[in-house]
Amino acid sequence: MKRFIGFLKKEFYHIFRDKRSMLILFGMPVVQLLLFGFVITNELKDVKMAVLDHSKDEYTSEIINKIVSSGYFKLVENLDNISQVDETFRKGKTKLVLVFEPDFRKKLVKGPHASVQILTDASDPNIANMEVSYLQGILQNYNVEINRGKQVTNQIIPKTRMYFNSKLESVYMFVPGIMATILMLVSAMMTSISIAREKEMGTMEILLVSPLRPLQIILGKVTPYLILSFINTLVIIGMGYFVFGVPVLGSFVLLMAESVLFILLALSLGIFISTISNSQQVAMMLSMFALMLPTILLSGFIFPLRNMPLPLQIFSNIIPPRWFIIIIKNIMLKGTGFEFIWKETLILIGMTAGLIGLSVRKFKIRLE
Amino acid sequence: MRTIKYILQKEFLQIFRNKSMLPIIFAMPIIQLCVLVFAATFEMKNTNLYIVDQDLSSHSRQIISKFEASPFFTIKHTDFSIKHAEDELFKDNVDAILHFENGFGNAVDKKEAASVQVLVNAIDASAAGLYNAYILSVIQDYNQKLESSIQTTIKKQAVQQVQNTYSHLFNPEMKYIPYMLPGILVLLITVIGLFLSAMNVVREKEIGTIEQINVTPIKKYQFLIGKLIPFIFIGFFELGIGLILAAFVFKIPILGSVWLIYLVAFIYLLTILGIGLFISTQTDTQQQAMFIAWFFMIIFILMSGLFTPTESMPEWGQKMNLLNPVAYFIKIIRMIMLKGSGFMDILKDLTILSLYSIAMLSFATNRYKKTN
Amino acid sequence: MNTDKKVISVRNLYKRFGSFTANDDLSFDVYKGEIFGFLGANGAGKTTAMKILCGLSYPTSGEIMVAGLDVYKQREELKKNIGYMSQKFSLYEDLTVFENIRFYAGIYGMSSKEIKTKADELLQKLGLVHARNKRIGELPLGWKQKLAFSVAIFHNPGIVFLDEPTGGVDPVTRRQFWDLIYEASRAGITVFVTTHYMDEAEYCDRISIMVDGRIEALDTPEALKKHFKAKDMDEVFLQLARKSNYQE
Repeated sequence: MKRFIGFLKKEFYHIFRDKRSMLILFGMPVVQLLLFGFVITNELKDVKMAVLDHSKDEYTSEIINKIVSSGYFKLVENLDNISQVDETFRKGKTKLVLVFEPDFRKKLVKGPHASVQILTDASDPNIANMEVSYLQGILQNYNVEINRGKQVTNQIIPKTRMYFNSKLESVYMFVPGIMATILMLVSAMMTSISIAREKEMGTMEILLVSPLRPLQIILGKVTPYLILSFINTLVIIGMGYFVFGVPVLGSFVLLMAESVLFILLALSLGIFISTISNSQQVAMMLSMFALMLPTILLSGFIFPLRNMPLPLQIFSNIIPPRWFIIIIKNIMLKGTGFEFIWKETLILIGMTAGLIGLSVRKFKIRLE
Repeated sequence: MRTIKYILQKEFLQIFRNKSMLPIIFAMPIIQLCVLVFAATFEMKNTNLYIVDQDLSSHSRQIISKFEASPFFTIKHTDFSIKHAEDELFKDNVDAILHFENGFGNAVDKKEAASVQVLVNAIDASAAGLYNAYILSVIQDYNQKLESSIQTTIKKQAVQQVQNTYSHLFNPEMKYIPYMLPGILVLLITVIGLFLSAMNVVREKEIGTIEQINVTPIKKYQFLIGKLIPFIFIGFFELGIGLILAAFVFKIPILGSVWLIYLVAFIYLLTILGIGLFISTQTDTQQQAMFIAWFFMIIFILMSGLFTPTESMPEWGQKMNLLNPVAYFIKIIRMIMLKGSGFMDILKDLTILSLYSIAMLSFATNRYKKTN
Repeated sequence: MNTDKKVISVRNLYKRFGSFTANDDLSFDVYKGEIFGFLGANGAGKTTAMKILCGLSYPTSGEIMVAGLDVYKQREELKKNIGYMSQKFSLYEDLTVFENIRFYAGIYGMSSKEIKTKADELLQKLGLVHARNKRIGELPLGWKQKLAFSVAIFHNPGIVFLDEPTGGVDPVTRRQFWDLIYEASRAGITVFVTTHYMDEAEYCDRISIMVDGRIEALDTPEALKKHFKAKDMDEVFLQLARKSNYQE
């Protein structure tokens, strides 16, 4: 035991001595949270818009004003010819062109109606869709406004209520997502690299012939990262709560327990990667490159899994962060207890056991 | 020149001899590209609805049948109990509840304020926004139908109306793959280029060969050019495969010039590899280099506009993006491929990128010290 | 030994890392064609000094000329005239014997034809013709070291620096390695070698013994033994090392 503690100390010393890596390990979650919280957003804002106004009357300028003052759109260019549309799109100067037909005013006042054409740069279909629906909303409001007093029609008003995230704050989904990706990458990457490094440097053999048992070596290797990842978890949840107001409705203890489970899973994945790679380079590329994109894309972090083709949805079942994200969202946003997430928890436990089993087998084969 | 030849020969030998790295360098990006383009989509499918209809009027039924007819929605249950519906929402079994209260149809007929409750499961904010928008648009449609029938009944009243039509240019079918594929391709090229170059020089430090190199009369720039060229080849190769897949498998029309894409890719790779080599010269272990590369990589990617629009970022965020090479290339490659933008259209961005690459390469050369 | 031709001349060399002085006022000369041994315990500052002489590291102060060139100003010119074999094994394990030779010779500017003929001669001499296309990683350590040395002098440098070249090999291989060193010396290459094997010290023409960053003794092995009234170099070294205040 004493020997093990000595070894553990050495490992800690090794890791914490490297200031730059430390800075990155602890700075990464903070920077990511800040980026997601303050910089990156999926909402519309300041969309660059050009106007081709064939009519140029008080109505068109009023409409343009309304659109610009909504904050969603920003007028960047006035065109005078339809032939300029293509060019302005190709130069990427604008994402949207609004075309007012000639005699707009006359048609609006005398009826039956005046029209405006919306041309979008639909190379980004999501944004194009949003642009159109936002514009339609603004135009709809305008219609109501100019007809005020005349009873036109009554409408069915949908009253929307968002459960679990009433203001639809994107930070609510980013905090769990960042937790999953950071813990996954840091734990898996760090362990796999540090074990592969010992193998590459030939120091693994020295450790193996030492009186330390293989299990102790592995434990010594992963414990510092377990602690490190745990601190990261606290930082992410703390920042989410205090800076961005992401709630923790459920049991904090349960949340921590699940996080530790996930960290253990990531660590065993790291160990597994190190058993199949013969150099640091391979370990790094596997743990960063092979894990990074699937972790971001197939975990439901940014893109809803529901929308993906069926084979991908099936494939996403083996992506551990997928289950972890469900678990933490349940605990944090819904405040559910263990009875709602025992299935996901079991899956994570199963994966951890599976990875450890595989690693042990690989390891034994190598020793023989 | 001859010196560079010998370095190149050595680097290529080392790359192609490393049997465990080859699939990671060449196969993995291609596989990821093919798989992940399908994942990066906001296209709506299968929204599970729970309908609580306590009204059972013709209006509520008509609206429900509109949802039934829509390909985006699946009606999981129809019931009277809001309690049960909320339970299902809580268990994530349904994505949204549509609740018609008793008297809804009457209110519509009497032209009073009629409302329908839309309860959305917002556990996934971005999906929830989409569910909501699609549900609202169905109801909106119904409203319009009501409106036109009402208009015909109260004829001749001077209603002023602005109507709108819209067309989606460059991608009328609103497909996601043409938009995401170029971006993901850039991402993969970047990851490979940045990681490999960041690890390269520091690896020689770790195994000790760098000293042997430093004691030779080799020039710094020769050494770095020798390191650079193989990675440019790898990047070009992957770009080529990606474009071929795009054109022939995913049937994305490449509107602009492929040569122009390659020109941009060349300058872009110089920038990325410059950053990578710079990191490599500044670190002591591969692990450290990898970390720093990873750190910048994540920031670059998240801010690049790959998944989220850059224009929605605050002013200072967009200023920061001036230093983000990934943002330039993603923007440019999308412009060239999807909109057919030409050399003059991208000239400004390309110029900035060129200056950037020169700066990074001179940094790397400058910071690589043959002497401690 | 030709004592009028200095190939290395060091005057008042200091190297400090913060408050630690690794090389403390070193002054010595090395003459053309001699085998100059640089002895000392681990951490005595041998490698530091050698790296400065090779232009791999900057001295804090001092006047240093190697092969008639100033290590401050003519660093790159100097590198054409020296060979170096570092403590850390420095051939590429994933390249073959010939590929390693071709690479290093290539960056010294030798033509491919020259490289080919000379490499064949070398492999013949070392008895490694059969290993020409084997990867370095597959070879035993002794072979690797002989190869590393041969690569270091492949471009015919005036001086070769060897940093503990025989670490970890068996006595027979060490003996063979020294045969290679003698051969190089006979061919006119000045050999500057660091070691902590005292029996190897006896093979050198002259040796200097470093303790705690300073040169405590410098002479031929015979003269040193006489001076310290010792029966072998081991004893000389122990007598000097006792003065050290650096205890491990």
